[in-house]
Amino acid sequence: MQYLLMIYSKEGAWERMSPTEQQQGMAAYGAFTEALKMSRVLIGSNRLRPASTATTVRVANGKSQVLDGPYADTKEQLGGYYLIDVADLDAALAWAARCPGASHGIVEVRPVWSTAG
Amino acid sequence: MAGEDMSAEARGMADTVARRSYGKLVAFLAASTRDVAAAEDAVADAFAAALAQWPGRGCPANPEAWLVTVARSKIIDEARRRRIGEVSADHLQIIAEGLESAAASGEIPDRRLALLFAVAHPAVDPAISAPLMLQAVLGFDARMIASAFLTSPEAMAKRLVRAKAKIKQAGIPFSVPDRDELPGRLDAVLSAIYAVFAEGWADPTGVDVARRGFTGEALFLARLVVELMAGDPEALGLLALMLYAEARRPARRSASGAFVPLSQQNIKMWDASMINEAETLLHRASTAGAFGRYQLEAALQSAHVHRCLTGTHNWAHVVSLYDALLEVSGSPVVRLNRALAVAETQGPHAALAEIEALSTDPRMAEYQPYWAARAELLGKIGAYREARQCYDVGIGLERDGAVRRFLHRRQCALPE
Repeated sequence: MQYLLMIYSKEGAWERMSPTEQQQGMAAYGAFTEALKMSRVLIGSNRLRPASTATTVRVANGKSQVLDGPYADTKEQLGGYYLIDVADLDAALAWAARCPGASHGIVEVRPVWSTAG
Repeated sequence: MAGEDMSAEARGMADTVARRSYGKLVAFLAASTRDVAAAEDAVADAFAAALAQWPGRGCPANPEAWLVTVARSKIIDEARRRRIGEVSADHLQIIAEGLESAAASGEIPDRRLALLFAVAHPAVDPAISAPLMLQAVLGFDARMIASAFLTSPEAMAKRLVRAKAKIKQAGIPFSVPDRDELPGRLDAVLSAIYAVFAEGWADPTGVDVARRGFTGEALFLARLVVELMAGDPEALGLLALMLYAEARRPARRSASGAFVPLSQQNIKMWDASMINEAETLLHRASTAGAFGRYQLEAALQSAHVHRCLTGTHNWAHVVSLYDALLEVSGSPVVRLNRALAVAETQGPHAALAEIEALSTDPRMAEYQPYWAARAELLGKIGAYREARQCYDVGIGLERDGAVRRFLHRRQCALPE
């Protein structure tokens, strides 16, 4: 089954970190990504730019409304994701727990609505 | 005449198989498909087919295998019919083959433990685990479960459907967890079983149709876990704990239905064989050398029973057991019960000082035993007016009429 691991964390925390801390953070994510690749479960992953760069679009009554900012103005924002393919939820949760994002934020695990068949 | 006999025999056989095999059949089908709702539907259809066909054709030699074969084709038909991208053709083939081989061999593997771990998975709302067990493993309908858990049948049905959808769609595994995760996951299974027991325990006389038999069903589930987990000490502890309580059921009410507190119960009405079994189980658990919450609670029950049977003043031992329990649970209920034991060893003033810390705990504000205990202790130190107030709150919070009347009598017995 495919699962999307979504990393939610406090906006701006990264910028406030010292260069050494940032380096350690990058290394931790790098190692995690490498481990996913070695286990042949990684389908895709990306880091997102801060929510301040987000724009929302909604079409109502034929008019599109474009607004500056993210969908939900919360303290924690989606900062990146991993798409993985594993046997079941427990396996997905085990990977989520290893994700550095689970230590500095929250990782939401969502099964992908499969269209295979 | 012969037709009627045969029909009655077939119905009797279907009933017997339903009682013995319902959970086993659902567990086996659900574990193969990860779809609890579809498994329940298929098993219900198979039993309906049995009731329709067995009276005319006679009971099959292996009723379980017959039922699995029917249920299996129901599941495959249904999956084919609704194939909207959720189940791939390959997956369907694998399921069909797995079910086939079990049906052919006549041996249905017991996957009930896997089902218990799935319904008590941390990704499932813990509040729905006990109702889900009652439904999937024991076959209770949503209406009956709702009434026992004081919710509307519609709300309960909706929550059960949602939990089953989560299990299926989130891919919650049907398996016994690895050793390093086992203690926490097993604890969730045990606490759901204990919640089933507690619902039954709230109906001491067994007159409430909705709750009748819940304690027996919880004992059945605990025995199942003990058997399938090869005597896990905490599973043994839970079974012992529930047996100690169940043994005293007949003595909890007088002939006229009045509440009888433990210290005044007629010990001749206790079930000696259940108590003996509990003692044996607890001893067996203790040899494993891994103490946990349920073994400690069972040890407390054992101490209470021992005191009532022999008249030994063992309150200091009780306090030390509560100390150990407090270390593992930290629960305010444990702190409250510990204070009542302290009242026996150091007097009511010391006990009141102990529960003072609980007075700001929001969990105690609507907890009847807290107010009753406070009232009792205040009465002992002569603070009658405050005691009366606490009895009022306790009586107002209690849903069992017999307990309400008991508290009211205690309140009236206070001097002016």
